[in-house]
Amino acid sequence: MDISLKNVEYRYQADSPFEHLAISDVSIDIPSGTYLAIIGHTGSGKSTVLQHLNALLKPTKGSVLIGSREIKAGRKDKNLKSIRENVGIVFQFPEHQLFEETVEKDIMFGPMNFGVSESDAKARAKEALQLVGLPEDILEKSPFDLSGGQMRRVAIAGVLAMEPDVLVLDEPTAGLDPRGRKEIMDLFYTLHKKRNLSTVLVTHSMEDAAKYADEIVVMHQGKVLTKGTPEQIFSDPVALIELGLDVPEVIGLQLKIEETFHTKFSKISLSERELAEMIAEFLRGGGQR
Amino acid sequence: MSKPLVTIDGVSFSYEGQQTPALKNITFDILEGEWLAIVGHNGSGKSTLAKLLNGLQFPQQGKIAVCGTELTEATVWEVRKNVGMVFQNPDNQFVGTTVRDDVAFGLENHGVPREIMVERVQTSLDKVQMGTFLNQEPHHLSGGQKQRVAIAGVIALQPAIIILDEATSMLDPRGRAEVIATVRELKDREHITVISITHDLEEAAKADRVIVMNKGELYREGTPEQIFEMDEELVQLGLDIPFPVKMSKLLRHKGVELTKTHLTEEELVTELWTSHSKM
Amino acid sequence: MMEKMIFGRYVPGESLLHRMDPRSKLIIVFLFVIVVFIANNVPTYAVLAAYTFLMVGLSRIPLRFLYGGLKPVFLLVFFTFLLHIFMTKEGPIILELGWLKIYEEGLRQGIFISLRFLLLILVTSLLTLTTTPIEITDGLETLLNPLKKWKFPVHELALMMSISLRFIPTLMQETDKIMKAQTARGVEYNSGPVKERIKAIIPLLIPLFISSFKRAEELAVAMEARGYKGGEGRTKYRQLAWGMVDTAMLLFLGAVTVLLFVLRG
Ligand SMILES: Nc1ncnc2c1ncn2[C@@H]1O[C@H](COP(=O)(O)OP(=O)(O)OP(=O)(O)O)[C@@H](O)[C@H]1O
Ligand SMILES: Nc1ncnc2c1ncn2[C@@H]1O[C@H](COP(=O)(O)OP(=O)(O)OP(=O)(O)O)[C@@H](O)[C@H]1O
Ligand SMILES: [Mg+2]
Ligand SMILES: [Mg+2]
Repeated sequence: MDISLKNVEYRYQADSPFEHLAISDVSIDIPSGTYLAIIGHTGSGKSTVLQHLNALLKPTKGSVLIGSREIKAGRKDKNLKSIRENVGIVFQFPEHQLFEETVEKDIMFGPMNFGVSESDAKARAKEALQLVGLPEDILEKSPFDLSGGQMRRVAIAGVLAMEPDVLVLDEPTAGLDPRGRKEIMDLFYTLHKKRNLSTVLVTHSMEDAAKYADEIVVMHQGKVLTKGTPEQIFSDPVALIELGLDVPEVIGLQLKIEETFHTKFSKISLSERELAEMIAEFLRGGGQR
Repeated sequence: MSKPLVTIDGVSFSYEGQQTPALKNITFDILEGEWLAIVGHNGSGKSTLAKLLNGLQFPQQGKIAVCGTELTEATVWEVRKNVGMVFQNPDNQFVGTTVRDDVAFGLENHGVPREIMVERVQTSLDKVQMGTFLNQEPHHLSGGQKQRVAIAGVIALQPAIIILDEATSMLDPRGRAEVIATVRELKDREHITVISITHDLEEAAKADRVIVMNKGELYREGTPEQIFEMDEELVQLGLDIPFPVKMSKLLRHKGVELTKTHLTEEELVTELWTSHSKM
Repeated sequence: MMEKMIFGRYVPGESLLHRMDPRSKLIIVFLFVIVVFIANNVPTYAVLAAYTFLMVGLSRIPLRFLYGGLKPVFLLVFFTFLLHIFMTKEGPIILELGWLKIYEEGLRQGIFISLRFLLLILVTSLLTLTTTPIEITDGLETLLNPLKKWKFPVHELALMMSISLRFIPTLMQETDKIMKAQTARGVEYNSGPVKERIKAIIPLLIPLFISSFKRAEELAVAMEARGYKGGEGRTKYRQLAWGMVDTAMLLFLGAVTVLLFVLRG
């Protein structure tokens, strides 16, 4: 399913003394099957953009095209539910949305809201649990008896069980230990490939953005600053640093070396192995250009 | 050599109604003026250990002594003055309705006279660069700012030790850097001992000493160099290998000679420069 | 609608009323609530109205803002007025429209009582508009301090109040967040049959309850870690300063009261 935002503006608490312009003139295309990462520092409007992708927020100007549906500023929309069935969102700290007595019921909650029969929902719960790497015997437990990492996985399973075409992720790994973080990110990537999903990831980790995304959007003060492939975005690391954003560690190291040796490598490398290769070669050449 | 400020001796602890103990027979010392990082997978007992050091829980077995005083129900209030804690969630530790009220909270609890309080609130906020935010309400602050206010609230009591329990894990990279820089500066200037519980291995790599927790046990203790030499073993423990260590290994593999495995990018670049340039 | 409501909100400012000690303001409001009942004829109501509008003037809060913010409350006042007009059947009839008869006493009562209501609302709003919640809490705590002798938990109550005040914005954000998360899972809060909407509250309330509980627990731990052990032996950072203005304002209200007794019919 293709999604595209056209000149979207959003004001929180519009027409009140507390009105706040969060994003303006945001245009982003997300063709079916894309893995898009959105980066930018706190308050730059990333989460606000995300919430337009399944009509949780409605633009105060501009329009959002979700599949064949158009959400336009100033128009009443009915039956947004069908959009939400196709676009699943994993919020930050998703474990905060758990509420059912058992893990199974909680995972079934989403599908059943969208009219999936109980037996089908049960089957989906089982499958989703397997996907997130949890044992089946957890199904009958209360979600509140689980560890933080397990709760996170159950919450994610609850979104996966809706079998969305588009998966939207808002910093899904905050607070997890390094292994948990990697496992979850790998899981999303596998799903992205296997189910041919579109994935939109908001992250503060430049490593993840560089590693998984096909395309990166940089947000700054409510506007889209630049977009492009990871290679394009990170080929101008100085600009990112000036914005107060990090660059992936690999690139950071390359910059430090280039600066120390007063040299410039032929290209920006996004992989550790490749950078090591480049450095080794450079040093074999006597450390000079 | 600095002397032990805290001694932890054979400590075990189980939460009520829990079969597996959260901590099993933990013994180690914390030295005066050091930066000690505690790492370990989710649920490995790090927060529990921090709570014991502050007397928020008491061990079922073993002893803890802080600054020479054994930690008991009777001494806990004195000890708490010496051990400040900053928690993970910036929202859930902000007690006051404004920044100044929040910093004053701990001082009020310890019965500090008002004149001293007024001065300490200001100086501690200045120390964390929040001196101009006196009357701000918490929901108008960023996560990093809230955490710095929490730190101000802790140092206002002039403690010997600050424990950071994943104090930066809910922050964005910039907020995280701000908070760590603030603590580093305080440590150097005020000679505060820092215990930092963290999942951020780059941060742990910059500590003086690292403790690795695994399933409630103290798995390993050593300098960052020693710890990060463990390599794949760390991954087994739910952790990861810091980037400079990975790069050092890769470079060696590609035939670049290095005297040691480097823990920071600066060190790595410096060695490459001194040993390889202008040969 | 809700965003424009100013009932119970604080408007930052530097006016005379803003600078007064919260204790004197609390006492004045308390006394005013009693004094209002002295009025029983046109001159006394006129005095009360004059007093109230003088206070509004001193607060420097724009009338337009006050009017806009209290609009919903005015509806209530108007309703009170109508109620008295139709319910009171005393005195001569002054207007007759078919089955509807309006009596003189009804009109009189209607005007007086709704005016009383209006003045009370204005004066109490002025208190909250010019005093931060924490000042009100502080003022209350100090005023109620004598009750401690009878083991009344004054300090704990005040602390509870200030913590709730501090957490209201946080809880509002949380509610919004959970609502969005459940909406994304197919819950509908704004449409559908009433029965469905009521059912939709459960996935909101349970997580909200759990997270508030967790918050409270973490807050309690943080407070304990910072050495909190109840009101005993605690010093206070905030200091209230009773000034000349406060005494003067109290005396002024006293004078108004005397005048009301004199003019009372
Ligand atoms: N419910 C709200 N009401 C009013 N303003 C809001 C609301 N939510 C967000 N904002 C404001 O809108 C702007 C964009 O916020 P948003 O949450 O989209 O940023 P973000 O890029 O996701 O930040 P972060 O990295 O901290 O999550 C910010 O200035 C924020 O303060
Ligand atoms: N209040 C509690 N009651 C019962 N069990 C608890 C409580 N707090 C923690 N535990 C359990 O004790 C063990 C250690 O938890 P602890 O919070 O110390 O881990 P941690 O290393 O801090 O993990 P994380 O990285 O997730 O913060 C875990 O198994 C946890 O489930
Ligand atoms: Mg966000
Ligand atoms: Mg912990």
